[in-house]
Amino acid sequence: MARKAVASKAKAQSNLPELTKDQELEAYRDMLLIRRFEEKAGQMYGMGLIGGFCHLYIGQEAVVTGVTMASRKGEDAQITGYRDHGHMLVMGLDPKGVMAELTGRQGGLSKGKGGSMHMFSNEHRFYGGNGIVGAQASLGTGLAFAAKYRGEDTVSLTYFGDGAANQGQVYESFNMAKLWKLPVVFIIENNKYAMGTSLERSAATTDLSKRGLSFDIPGEQVDGMDVRMTYDAARRAIEHARSGKGPYILEMLTYRYRGHSMSDPAKYRTKEEVSQYRQERDPIEHSKARILDLKYATEEDLKTIETEVRAIVTEAADFATNDPEPDASELWTDITIPA
Amino acid sequence: MPNILMPALSPTMEEGKLAKWLVKEGDTVNPGDVLAEIETDKATMEVESVDSGVVKQLLVAEGTEGVKVNTPIALVLAEGEEAPAGGPSPAETAPEPAEAPAVPAEKAAEAAPSAAAAPAAPKFEAAADPDLPEGVEMVEMTVRQALNEAMAEEMRRDKDVFVMGEEVAEYQGAYKVTQGLLQEFGKERVIDTPITEHGFAGLATGAAFAGLKPIVEFMTWNFAMQAIDQIINSAAKQLYMSGGQVTAPMVFRGPNGAAARVAAQHSQDYSAWYSHIPGLTVIAPYSAADAKGLLKAAIRSPNPVVFLENEILYGSTSEVPKVDDYVLPIGKARVARKGNDVTIVSFSMGMRYATQATEKLVAAGVDVELIDLRTLRPLDIDTVVESVKKTGRCVTVEEGWPQGGIGAEIASRLMEHAFDYLDAPVTRVTGKDVPMPYAANLEKLALPSVDEVIAAVNAVTYRS
Ligand SMILES: Cc1ncc(C[n+]2csc(CCOP(=O)(O)OP(=O)(O)O)c2C)c(N)n1
Ligand SMILES: [Mg+2]
Repeated sequence: MARKAVASKAKAQSNLPELTKDQELEAYRDMLLIRRFEEKAGQMYGMGLIGGFCHLYIGQEAVVTGVTMASRKGEDAQITGYRDHGHMLVMGLDPKGVMAELTGRQGGLSKGKGGSMHMFSNEHRFYGGNGIVGAQASLGTGLAFAAKYRGEDTVSLTYFGDGAANQGQVYESFNMAKLWKLPVVFIIENNKYAMGTSLERSAATTDLSKRGLSFDIPGEQVDGMDVRMTYDAARRAIEHARSGKGPYILEMLTYRYRGHSMSDPAKYRTKEEVSQYRQERDPIEHSKARILDLKYATEEDLKTIETEVRAIVTEAADFATNDPEPDASELWTDITIPA
Repeated sequence: MPNILMPALSPTMEEGKLAKWLVKEGDTVNPGDVLAEIETDKATMEVESVDSGVVKQLLVAEGTEGVKVNTPIALVLAEGEEAPAGGPSPAETAPEPAEAPAVPAEKAAEAAPSAAAAPAAPKFEAAADPDLPEGVEMVEMTVRQALNEAMAEEMRRDKDVFVMGEEVAEYQGAYKVTQGLLQEFGKERVIDTPITEHGFAGLATGAAFAGLKPIVEFMTWNFAMQAIDQIINSAAKQLYMSGGQVTAPMVFRGPNGAAARVAAQHSQDYSAWYSHIPGLTVIAPYSAADAKGLLKAAIRSPNPVVFLENEILYGSTSEVPKVDDYVLPIGKARVARKGNDVTIVSFSMGMRYATQATEKLVAAGVDVELIDLRTLRPLDIDTVVESVKKTGRCVTVEEGWPQGGIGAEIASRLMEHAFDYLDAPVTRVTGKDVPMPYAANLEKLALPSVDEVIAAVNAVTYRS
C-alpha cells in the first residue's frame, strides 16, 4: 500500500519497512490483546455489565500499536477521544483497571467515575479518554506546549477521527503548533465514518493528510491496517517532532469492524465492505501470516501467546465483574482539591 | 471651532497631562500637524490639528497635570478669523478645581432623576392554552413522534423552515427525532452537517438573519457548548444590537440533561444556563402534547428559541389532541394537578420525579398542587405565585445543579412576590453539585429522586 508524501519535507522511504522479530511478536501480542479485550467488552456490554456509550477499537489495532512502538513509552504523552481502550492497553495500563472502569467499579482507573470514555494515567502519560469530538486536538497541542516550555524532548501523540478533523479547533491547533514549533504528531484515525456519515459526505477534501498544508505542516497517508507501516511512519513523524521541527500529520487509513458504539444500526455501509476489510486487510491476520512466513515463531508459539492474552482478558473481566461499586462517599470527592 | 480641546484617550479617561507642546504661539499649522503630546498613566497620544491656521495662544502650559478632558488647550485661528469675543483666557481654562461647586449629592440626584432610575421592565403576559373542541380525539404518542410531527407540519406550512445537524438526514437522527423528514422534504431542507457545531450554529444564525427559519439539531446539548458563543453572542443579542432591525427566527433543539450512564461530559442540564440570557426563549417540555404544541410555536416564533428535550423522555407516551394545528402559547406554565397543601414546581425530566412523588403524597393525604413550567424564559412566575399564595409552601424539582439554578430563581422570585404568604422556606430538589459520575450507584445518587421530593414536601409541610 503506497504511502503518499504530501509535503516536500516528508522523506520518501522504501514502501515495505521491516520490523525485527521481537517487534513483530510484540506487535502481534499487543494487537491480539486489544482484539480479545474489546470482544470481551462487547460481550459484557450485552450482559448489562457495561452501560452508556462503549466504542470498540476492533479493526484499528495496528494504528495505536505501531505508533506506540515507535514512541518512548511512559515518556511521550498520548491523548485520544472516546475510542480509547486500545491506547491504554498498548501503553501498558492495567487491563483490570480498564475493564473495571468500563463496569464502573471502584478498582477502575477513574474509580468508576469516568467510564469507557474517560480514563487517564499520569504515570503512563495517557491523557484520555475525551468525550467531546475534537477537544483532544487542542489538549494534545497543549501537552506538546508543556514539553517545549520545560525543555523536555518528549512528544505529544494526539489522535482524533476523520469526523473530528472537521472541527474548527483542530485548525486553530494546527496553526499554533506550527507557529510555535510544538512537538506534536497529529494522528488522524480515518476509519471512513463518523458515526453514520462517510468522509465523502462530510468533508470538502478527503485527503486528510493535506489538512495541514496551509500551515506548512507535513503530512502523509499511511496504511493503518499494517503495523509495519504505522510503526515506520510514526517513527519518522516522532523524530521530526522531537528534533524541534514542529508538528506532523499522519492520516492512518483504517477501518472499524464494529458499529460506532454498541448501539448502531449500521445501515450506512454494506456488509460486503465490512467483510472485505475483515477478510483481506485484517492487521492481526496479516501479522500472524508474516510471523509464520518469516519463521519468527511457530503455530505452537502463537497459540501460547493467544492463551496468555486470553488469560489476561479473563482475569480483567472477572475482576471487573466482582469488584464492588465505588463507595457512596466517592460522590463528593475529586471535585476540587481542598486548599 | 478655533479652540483645541483636551482629547480623551479612552472611554474612561477624565483628565491627563499636557506633556509637551510641539508648536509655539505664532506658528502656522496644517491639518495633521502634531500640536501637542498628552499622557495618562496608561497611554500617550499626539494631538493633531484638524484645520489650517495660526496658533494664537497656548492656553495650558507644558507639563500641566490633571487637565480635564474637553478643556480648551489652545486657540488656533484660520487666516483672517477673529478670536471669539470673551474667548478663554489662560486663567479661565486652567484645570478646574477637583471640587465642583458643592451641590449636595441627594439634591443632584433629585435634579436629574432620569439618569438614576431605569424604567421598569415590561411585564410579559402569556396567552392561555387554546380551548380544545368538544370531544376532541386524543391520540397516544411518544414525545419523539410529537416532535417529529411538529417539525413535519411546520415544514409543510413554511418553505423557509429547514433542519440541519449531525446525522439528521440519512441516519434519520441520532435519536430518530428527524425520522422520515429527509424522505418527505429532500436533502435541500434536511441537511447533514459535518461535526462542526460552532460553524453550523453560526451558519444557521446567519441564514436566519437573512430570513430563513432554521431548526438546528444538536446531537445533544452537551455538544452545543462548542457553539454557545453563536447562540448567545450572535443569535440572542442580534435584535437588541441592531435596534430591532435584524431578527434570528430559529430553533436550537436537541436532548438535554442526563441520559443513562454516559458520564460527566455527556450528562448536563443547560436549563439554567440558557434561561439566564435575555433575547432567548427557553422551552423544556415534559409531555408529548406540550412537546408538539410548543415546538410548533417555537418554529413560528420570530425569536431564537432554545428547545431542551430529554433523551429519556423521547420514548415516553402521552395523549396529544388530534387537531389540525396544535400550537401552544410560549411562556405559560401548566397546572398539572390542583391542590391546596403544597406547590411542587418542575419541568422536563424533573416532572417525572415530581409526578411520581405527587402520586405517593396524594395517597398519603397531602393535597399537592403540581406545576409544569414548560417554558423557562419567559418564566411564568404568576402561576407559581398564585399557587403559593394558596398553599404557602413550595418545592422545586430539577436535574440541574443547585447554584444559580431554576429552583434558585423561583425561590428568589417567591421572596419578592409572595414573601408574606410563605409558611416554610422554598426548598429545592436538584441534581447534586458534582459532575455526573459513571458508576451506576453514584449516578443514581447524583440525580434527584422521588424520595428526595417526598422528603422535601414533608419538610415544608412539617410532616416529617
Ligand atoms: C462536539 C461533539 N459533537 C458530537 C459528538 C457526538 N459524536 C460522538 S462520536 C461522533 C463521531 C466521530 O467520528 P470520528 O471523529 O470519525 O471518530 P470515530 O468514532 O470514527 O473513531 C459524534 C458525532 C461529540 N461527542 N462531541
Ligand atoms: Mg471515524
